[in-house]
Amino acid sequence: MDLSLIIMQLLSGIALGAVLVITALGLTIVFGMLGVVNFAHGALFMIGAYAGLYLASLTGSFWWGLLLAPVLIGAFGMLIEFVLIRRLYGRSIDDPLLLTFGLSYILVEAVRIVFGSDGIPFPTPPQLIGVLDLGVGFFPRYRLFVIALVAVVLVVLWLALEKTRIGLIVRAGARDPTIMQVLGVDIGRVWLAIFGLGVGLAALGGVLAGPMRSVNPEMGSLVLAEAFVVTVIGGLGSIVGAVVAGLMVGISISLVALFAPEMATIVMFALMAVVLLIRPEGLFGVRGRTA
Amino acid sequence: MTSPSSGEAVAKSSSGGLGWLLEQRVLLSIAVLAVLPWLLPSQALAVNVLIYGVVVMGYNLLFGYTGLLSFGQAAFFGAGAYFTGIAIGRYGVPWFAAVPIAVLLSTCLAAAIGIVSTRTRGIYFSMVTLALAQLVYYVALQASSVTGGENGLRGFTVDRINLFGFPVNFLDPVNKYYVLMAFAALAMWFQSRILNSPFGAVIEAIRENEQRARACGYDVERSKLIVFMLSGAISSLGGCMLALHLSIVPLDLLHYQTSGMIVMMVLLGGARSFFGPFVGAASFLILEDVISVWTPHWQLFVGAIFVLFVLFLPKGIWGTLLDTLRVGKARP
Repeated sequence: MDLSLIIMQLLSGIALGAVLVITALGLTIVFGMLGVVNFAHGALFMIGAYAGLYLASLTGSFWWGLLLAPVLIGAFGMLIEFVLIRRLYGRSIDDPLLLTFGLSYILVEAVRIVFGSDGIPFPTPPQLIGVLDLGVGFFPRYRLFVIALVAVVLVVLWLALEKTRIGLIVRAGARDPTIMQVLGVDIGRVWLAIFGLGVGLAALGGVLAGPMRSVNPEMGSLVLAEAFVVTVIGGLGSIVGAVVAGLMVGISISLVALFAPEMATIVMFALMAVVLLIRPEGLFGVRGRTA
Repeated sequence: MTSPSSGEAVAKSSSGGLGWLLEQRVLLSIAVLAVLPWLLPSQALAVNVLIYGVVVMGYNLLFGYTGLLSFGQAAFFGAGAYFTGIAIGRYGVPWFAAVPIAVLLSTCLAAAIGIVSTRTRGIYFSMVTLALAQLVYYVALQASSVTGGENGLRGFTVDRINLFGFPVNFLDPVNKYYVLMAFAALAMWFQSRILNSPFGAVIEAIRENEQRARACGYDVERSKLIVFMLSGAISSLGGCMLALHLSIVPLDLLHYQTSGMIVMMVLLGGARSFFGPFVGAASFLILEDVISVWTPHWQLFVGAIFVLFVLFLPKGIWGTLLDTLRVGKARP
């Protein structure tokens, strides 16, 4: 096997993993703060892709789509939290999960009504069409851009969480919401914002994935399973875990596709089963925070 | 081991006439199912209610009675159907032997998935069961030489069966319904036995308070694994029924959307109640039937109705009905 081919496939895996990281990050941040697993996350990823496509064709520029879709869908996510999920705090932990599952049905069908059931191609922005010579081989520019953008988003998120006052409130709120309320923080507003952020990240993942795979109403269901696998491997609620596991899954899918294409869709589930047998709380999960 | 079950028995008999009625739940349920084809608008709908009722009932053992929210029940539903079809079509096994073989193999699959997934708790369990069931889906998709891949499994038809010496035309909808109903009755009897056994009390204890059940000396992990397998076994019987009914097995049966549908059905009907799964399956299928007449987008309405149920009627139709009846009884 050619070494340069393996390196190229490795890079493809990182690009694939980068989208997984962003998507799983949204899921894991929301769980870490609110204790809610959002089963509509895949559907919101799909809506993000459609919104990006629609806004790009409306404004004539991919960049507006990339910028506006996560913001708009994130705001929509805040609406979901405010109208629906907020009612379920204090009830069984299964209830928000069931509710968001029902919601995903509604969202997928709504997209089918508006955009039709068939897949739509998502054009790559003209500046990023083509390949770049990396010395060892040619690599699509768009995929390099995805890797770079995700890296930037991760650094910004990390800085926001670790170095700002708002980040401090968020981290403290994840640890003990009651004490935060006693200290005079409106924890409801923090949760609203975090849910919006999580949904926004799903939408960003959707827009980024758009040009790499075609956009269709069912694309969310595979993404949801992928995001679950990544968060379970990394440890639910762990940001570092989501990043490491996302890249791990992306790279293993890519490399396995090179040697045994028919195993590519299966390998991530096998990886998850192995991790669960060794560490049921995930690689970076905290024991006892699984409920 | 006996104290929780005897406590439950006392609670039941003290509620008087309704308690007696509830103890005859298997007979009552069979009686309702026996007249179902004449209550519903079509025979096809009645057969589906029967099949999905059994699948959802098996799932209810896990979700309703043990409190484990699995999103992977489609794996066992599908496995039962695929194993039945493969046994009949590929190996020429007679249908009455194919069904127990398929249930046995599906139970082994449930054991494998259960060993991994019951190690996790809470929300993890839902995510892991969904992912592992998707693994089964992709394996069935890739192994197309055995499963038929995307086209589904074809090439096996049960048209004429021999029932204790009497030849029965299985293509006749009425005959088919009552043969399949015998399976459903068997499944209901089995489930009722489980629930009335000391083990049935243990799983409810786990649902109410896992820590306390553990402190009482019950092996929580082992009980969860056993209930996961039992639940898978009953749901896989529903899959066998579907294979005999349709003579094809669609690949979508294994997709997690099917698991989601099973979850919706159990919630619509009412988790934790014996007959709730059949009510849920019937409501879901009737809803689908009625709405799809005037719009192809029935999923929009089903999703919305489900969301409303989660918000305002979490005990489902049958569960809420039973609650109101019990409250009515308690008041003089």
